[in-house]
Amino acid sequence: MGSRNGAGCVMVFEVFRQEKKGQPFTHAGSVVAPDAAFADAWAREQYGRRGESEALWLVPRESVHQVTEWADEFDLKYRRVDGYSIKERLRIARERAGTAAPGAS
Amino acid sequence: MSERAQQLLALADDELILGWRDSEWTGIAPTLEEDVAFSSIAQNEIGHARALYELAAAELDSDADALAFDRQPGEYRCAPLVELHLMDWAHTIARRYLYEEADRVRLDALKKSDDSELAGLAAKIDREETYHRLHAEMWAGRLRDEPRFREAVDELWPYALGVLEPEQRPELARRVGLTVVDARERGEHTPALAELWDEMTEVRRSAPGATW
Repeated sequence: MGSRNGAGCVMVFEVFRQEKKGQPFTHAGSVVAPDAAFADAWAREQYGRRGESEALWLVPRESVHQVTEWADEFDLKYRRVDGYSIKERLRIARERAGTAAPGAS
Repeated sequence: MSERAQQLLALADDELILGWRDSEWTGIAPTLEEDVAFSSIAQNEIGHARALYELAAAELDSDADALAFDRQPGEYRCAPLVELHLMDWAHTIARRYLYEEADRVRLDALKKSDDSELAGLAAKIDREETYHRLHAEMWAGRLRDEPRFREAVDELWPYALGVLEPEQRPELARRVGLTVVDARERGEHTPALAELWDEMTEVRRSAPGATW
């Protein structure tokens, strides 16, 4: 989009979309707009014109506090669960209970 | 043809031709976001045209496609404002803004019509036009002090007045802060319409009677 955005279009608004009432808002994309009024009109058309959204949140990208630095100096992988395979244990437990895995028929 | 059918065709033709003209910006609007929004609005206008043609078609024993595409250019009843082939964004936005304001005056009157079908459709169209107006007013507000935009509004003003009946014009003038002048009236088309018609009906004329 770069070359088509004139000098007036300087803000990026991150767009979060709620599909149905009560559901969480999920990131849908962004709009580049000169101000909130333009972002409102443009986001409506891009993320709502087919009735696919219950509500939108428009957040100026500069308002987003991003976290990317993580300290892991002491190799804390013992805190994670990825060493444990529960697949086999689940199979055995299900066999014992006589129930099938969810989704299996 | 009844006065009602004539009125419906004038309304439908305005929406169809402006929708067509505005869709010419698809792919080349000033920003990507505006491209999506403007194309969507153009598509909405054509949807309004379809609903209006269907109402007219019921009375004229025809169908919406036939009314939209099978008439000769001279039979269209659109206002010259919507026909103009505008090559720059300032004029395009000026036209959208003036048309939306005129359309609001017109829809307000239609919503009060004794014709319940027409009043109902006008109310339905108006609910969608709310967002078109939001878009048009946003642009007009932003460009208000731009000389190119002001010149475009002044240039198109007599055309905008021609969208409405004479008694509705003072209300439009009040809304946009201008004074009523001699209007470019409906009836005599600009040369731009024949050109547009040629392109718009080309496919339909290439295979008369085909269904798509």
